[in-house]
Amino acid sequence: MDQYRHFDELVNLEQGTIAREIFVDEDIYNQELEKVFTRAWLFVGHESQVPEPGDFFTSRMGTESVILTRDFENKIHVLLNNCTHRGMKVCLYDEGNSATFTCPFHAWSFAPDGKLVGVPHENELYSHVLEKDKWALIEVAKMENYKGSIWATWDKTAPDFFTYLGSAKAHLDLALDSLDGSEGGTEVFGGVHKWISPCNWKVPAENFCGDSYHNPSHISVDMIGIGPSAGQGEKGRRDNELADAQHVWVSFPGGHGIHSALKPENNAYIESYKDNPIVEEYYRHCYEERQKRLGDDARLVPFVGTIFPNTSYHGRQPRALCAWHPNGPESAEIWRFFLVDKGAPKEVKDMLRRYYMRYSGPAGMTEQDDMENWNYATAGSRGTIANRLPYNYQQSQNIHKINDPVPGLVSTQMTEENARQYYKCWSSYMQDKSWDEIMSHPAQVKDERI
Amino acid sequence: MNEIKPSKLERNIDYFTLRQEVEEFLYDEAETLDQREFSAWLEMLSEDLTYFMPLRRNVKYGDHAERENTREGEDISWFEEDKWTLSKRVDQIFTEKHWAEEPLSRVCHMISNVQLLSAAPNVASAEEVTSKCRFLIYQNRVETESYFFVGKRTDTLRKEAGDWKLLRREIILDQNVLLAKNLTVFF
Ligand code: FES
Ligand SMILES: [Fe+2]
Repeated sequence: MDQYRHFDELVNLEQGTIAREIFVDEDIYNQELEKVFTRAWLFVGHESQVPEPGDFFTSRMGTESVILTRDFENKIHVLLNNCTHRGMKVCLYDEGNSATFTCPFHAWSFAPDGKLVGVPHENELYSHVLEKDKWALIEVAKMENYKGSIWATWDKTAPDFFTYLGSAKAHLDLALDSLDGSEGGTEVFGGVHKWISPCNWKVPAENFCGDSYHNPSHISVDMIGIGPSAGQGEKGRRDNELADAQHVWVSFPGGHGIHSALKPENNAYIESYKDNPIVEEYYRHCYEERQKRLGDDARLVPFVGTIFPNTSYHGRQPRALCAWHPNGPESAEIWRFFLVDKGAPKEVKDMLRRYYMRYSGPAGMTEQDDMENWNYATAGSRGTIANRLPYNYQQSQNIHKINDPVPGLVSTQMTEENARQYYKCWSSYMQDKSWDEIMSHPAQVKDERI
Repeated sequence: MNEIKPSKLERNIDYFTLRQEVEEFLYDEAETLDQREFSAWLEMLSEDLTYFMPLRRNVKYGDHAERENTREGEDISWFEEDKWTLSKRVDQIFTEKHWAEEPLSRVCHMISNVQLLSAAPNVASAEEVTSKCRFLIYQNRVETESYFFVGKRTDTLRKEAGDWKLLRREIILDQNVLLAKNLTVFF
């Protein structure tokens, strides 16, 4: 079919080019909402935002409002925030606790598990017609609570979350596990950054899947120094804990791309977080604990990554999960959730909060400069003449290795391979391909389920 | 928390004299910022400055005092910082490589509704004074980008070696999802 061949031309991996229109075209954007956002696994929130039965946190999947709830059996749900009667939002609040969600329009009410539990004048007006169990709030097809982070998909045929994540899991773990290497143990701070950024949602997703080439964007913060040792005169936007590490850029089946690093065999601790001795001590202690706990695996340390299509993480400095919500072809609504070890001392949490705030988001000295570039790079994808030339994605083409030194399609030098694979996967979704085709990838591990 | 309460101070000549002093400070400060005299602006800030702007949440009626604003010292906000961080922000502009402010935005601060909340030791001979006001900040960027930031501020000024310095600023921006891509303006 023509429309499908079209996407292979827009994303041309042989040449290493990608057409500009995928970042601005209205029709492509509208197709993405259906073809990408109703199928892929999306990040919704964190269990620490709904600790008690009846707690809810209102989130977003694609362009639509969803409610993350904890029911009275302690089960977590993700429900479309859209009344099954006429579409009014049944939850008007960003967060809170409620035994039911009562629609403000005609007052149908729904339990935290989504069930329709109350219909005004039900007996007179709906006698024997209304089958209440058919009119529950729409619930996601699959949900996963992974180390506290909540993910969901609308597609019941989607692979389970762990198959979807594949070997990218080891890298996402670096953000979700505790600094001392114990599994999980993280929570999100109260306060989720939400803002409108005039860029196509794929631009920041690509940025976080391994565009380490964009360092020049951050020259100003690197010059002045804003990291956790900046008070001691250290320059850079973060402390360089990776000074002696081998950086790796890795692409995975499903389109995920990460940038992590492998510390040398001795895995020596590099003194960091020097502005506060308590924080420094905590990081040093956790570093040693992690090494004891994980042995050689402790050499893997995080930088950034994107889980296809629109969730990214910062692994350590700072440490956060971010959703790039589509909000029109040239607009993204960005939500960032900041992660911290639940058990970290107050001094550590305070120092990190303040560092996160000066680094990330619209008030963050680092990310402000990203936002400016994402904005005008998106706008630059619009020109008629400009559109005659696709974007160049040829960086480090054909130099990758498979499963060496870590699982996945790996480059040990800066590369746009992660971006190429990300868009190849995007193009598969846009062509309505099967899950097997979507998950096909140069580093595909044989599926054992068969 | 952080609610702006109606001023209870008696409206007498001492009140109006002090208010005028406070207003003069706030207007000077706005002028300094709008003229992009960032180093001079830093001089107006106390070394002990707290600069705080919470996130604003949609919460149930009755929960506002408890849950509407993110908490200083606990949660993630837009800003919770000190003079050191603000100095870094100024240094960043001076690098000429701070792309979000290169070229510089055109910024206009409007300050109004200035009222005094408290003064210590007293209004007649204040060494520290807390005021509230409304702000409307217009930012125009590059060619056609423009943003309005509107909200309330609570400012505490302290007299240091004869001069008023800004000791504490709490900025209540009246937005939920931030409608601007960046918060590069100083509030
Ligand atoms: S729209 Fe919700 S009850 Fe009618
Ligand atoms: Fe960046």
